[in-house]
Amino acid sequence: MSDPSDYDAGSYVGTERQPGSREERTVAREVRGYLLGLSLAALLTVASFWAVRTHDIYSSGVSVALLVLAVAQIGIHLVFFLHITTAPDNQNNILALAFGVLIVCLVVFGSLWVMLHLNHNMVPMDQLRRMQH
Amino acid sequence: MFGKLTWQAIPFDQPIPLAAGAFVVLGILAVLIWIVARGYLPYLWREWVTSVDHKRIGIMYCLLAAVMLLRGFIDALMMRSQQALAFHAAGYLPPEHYDQIFSAHGTIMIFFVAMPFVIGLMNIAIPLQLGVRDVAFPTLNSVSLWLTAAGALLVNLSLVVGEFARTGWLPYPPLSELTYSPGVGVDYYLWALQISGIGTLMTGINMVTTILKMRAPGMSYTRMPIFCWTSLASSLLIVAAFPILTATLAMLLLDRYVGFHFFTNEAGGNAMMFMNLIWAWGHPEVYILILPAFGIFSEVVSTFSGKPLFDRRSMIVATMAICILSFMVWMHHFFTMGAGGDVNGFFGIASMIIAVPTGVKIYNWLFTMYGGRVRFNSAMLWAIGFMVTFLIGGMTGVLLASPAADFLLHNSLFLVAHFHNTIIGGVLFGVFAGYVFWFPKAFGFVLDERLGKAAFWCWLVGFYVAFVPLYVVGLEGMTRRMQHYDRPEWHPWLLVAGLGALIILCGIALQIAQLWVSIRTREQRRDLTGDPWDGRSLEWATSSPPPAFNFAVLPQVTSDEPYWSIKQQARAKGQLLSQEPDYAPIEMPRNSPTGFVTAFFAVVTGFSLIWHIWWLVILGLVCAYVTFVVFAWRDVHETEIPAAEVARLDRANRAVRAEALRAQAPR
Repeated sequence: MSDPSDYDAGSYVGTERQPGSREERTVAREVRGYLLGLSLAALLTVASFWAVRTHDIYSSGVSVALLVLAVAQIGIHLVFFLHITTAPDNQNNILALAFGVLIVCLVVFGSLWVMLHLNHNMVPMDQLRRMQH
Repeated sequence: MFGKLTWQAIPFDQPIPLAAGAFVVLGILAVLIWIVARGYLPYLWREWVTSVDHKRIGIMYCLLAAVMLLRGFIDALMMRSQQALAFHAAGYLPPEHYDQIFSAHGTIMIFFVAMPFVIGLMNIAIPLQLGVRDVAFPTLNSVSLWLTAAGALLVNLSLVVGEFARTGWLPYPPLSELTYSPGVGVDYYLWALQISGIGTLMTGINMVTTILKMRAPGMSYTRMPIFCWTSLASSLLIVAAFPILTATLAMLLLDRYVGFHFFTNEAGGNAMMFMNLIWAWGHPEVYILILPAFGIFSEVVSTFSGKPLFDRRSMIVATMAICILSFMVWMHHFFTMGAGGDVNGFFGIASMIIAVPTGVKIYNWLFTMYGGRVRFNSAMLWAIGFMVTFLIGGMTGVLLASPAADFLLHNSLFLVAHFHNTIIGGVLFGVFAGYVFWFPKAFGFVLDERLGKAAFWCWLVGFYVAFVPLYVVGLEGMTRRMQHYDRPEWHPWLLVAGLGALIILCGIALQIAQLWVSIRTREQRRDLTGDPWDGRSLEWATSSPPPAFNFAVLPQVTSDEPYWSIKQQARAKGQLLSQEPDYAPIEMPRNSPTGFVTAFFAVVTGFSLIWHIWWLVILGLVCAYVTFVVFAWRDVHETEIPAAEVARLDRANRAVRAEALRAQAPR
């Protein structure tokens, strides 16, 4: 049996240390990070409004552009505000994110597939209306 | 002033709900008067209502589940007796009342029996098994408990004030839309579930954080007990699935309250989207319930066979596989709604694939028993009863997973028999096994075995007598939720099913008797060693019941079965106990009334939303927010238990334990 002094006798409950926090973080660096994130997010927001209003983009490409900008926006939020990094102490967050993305994709694309097929095999709504009258 | 609420909301003209309501109200009053008269109120408030101790919160969850089980079971008895009587007759329950009963039965049994029972056992066992002092967010845990209780209260309030939903346990539109359900029944359902759903979601977050971030030193993921693994999978599913439920019910609420058209027939709404979304939550939900039960069976089978669980790794892989697969099968709940062969075929095969990891688990348990010295404790009987019963339920499930067969069996009593087969035979037997198994840990004395075994046999026999007939009439074409019928060939089977419900009633009566007798004779059944079953995981390393801080020093984990190796090492050295550790002061979270007060205002808000009492809605929300602010600005977070006090408590426990072990030793 190991020496009793090896035991971690301190309580885990209520410890102030945040998961993934590191000592070298200073307030100035934190603020700089948030400001950078804010400006990038604002930039992407402005860009998406511009993409809708401008005529420089081929009209059916606008939705693709919005999609790309939205995904980039998600990325900015994850990195600068939710502090997802590739550091080893961030493994749980990465796994949680991956699980979340997987479930969202399953539910969204699954629902689309199911719902489109439900409609596909139904009498179209306008025909149904005509039959009712 | 009081919105839609008038004296007409109280069913003075209906004797059955009125008598039942009066009985319940008088019962609650009698209990309250007894508590106040005996002077227990301050004790209850200080030690239980405001407690943030995971063990006490777990016990309160289980108590809520037990009381709600009685309520839900009375509904079941009424349905069985109605169907036994209603051959060529009207029976004694008018249709509008019968519809409320089957809706309430399903809602209560899933949300307020199965969920709180499972969550209660998770609360009691997980921090102990992980070797830590509490869950990650103790006060949040208390908030979760009381929000769940708030939901249960709202559902039961509908018995006396107003009515409950008549739509079944999932309120399918368009029936649940304002046009076809103008009463408050669906609103009761929706707000009760929204409030308790928040509680469940927060429990999920709490449990995931606890398991991922707070384990005893040395406990790597692969060394976690299987119950922790299955609870982790279940909590991940809660976090992923419950937001879908909340969003779906919120859309239905918007339809009902402010005239949206998500699920209506007009203005571009689509009722099918409700079925799709509700089952995208609903199918993971059944795995949220059954996975922790699988974990309980793993602990029970391994402990009472005296062997490590056969191939832990495959059990963990199977659990996580089910966790992911559970999100890929929801569409099998509505094969008949018109999707083509591609969609039905995909979801049918995906549903059948889930039987593979589940089958792996069954073999794990069988091979754990094989070659072991099996002790037939009642917890073990529940586990063996489960293996047989759940196997049958699983096989009828694979049958239903075939779209071609489902077109014949959809919405029949065959389906009803199938899901009762898995939920009673799986979840309920599981929580009963966990109840027997962890009762001594929670209360410090073991339950009466003779009555426990009698209760098990009544439940097992009663289950088969009640539900095999439903398989038969289901195959003969009887649909679910029938208030009356005129097919002579169904009648004898429904009489038998009614008899089965009575046998289950005997089982419940025996369980109550078991609890009563065990409490009366608790002095003879004290568990002094803290380890009544010769256990293998860390919850048995501390005393029964454990001190508030669980472990005087956090245990050092060196193997898959930490407590078993501690015992082996102590025995090898010829010691009764491991060496006395160095004691240090322990910081524990302070009790807080936040949960209870928040839930009180949640009930006020929910009730006034149901009855459209808008000023009270605003008042309730403001008060709930104030409660939150008061909690957030608290100055003192923790109390410190000094090292001397820890040492005193632990030395007393060790002395009692050594005494008990010495008495057992010469054999």
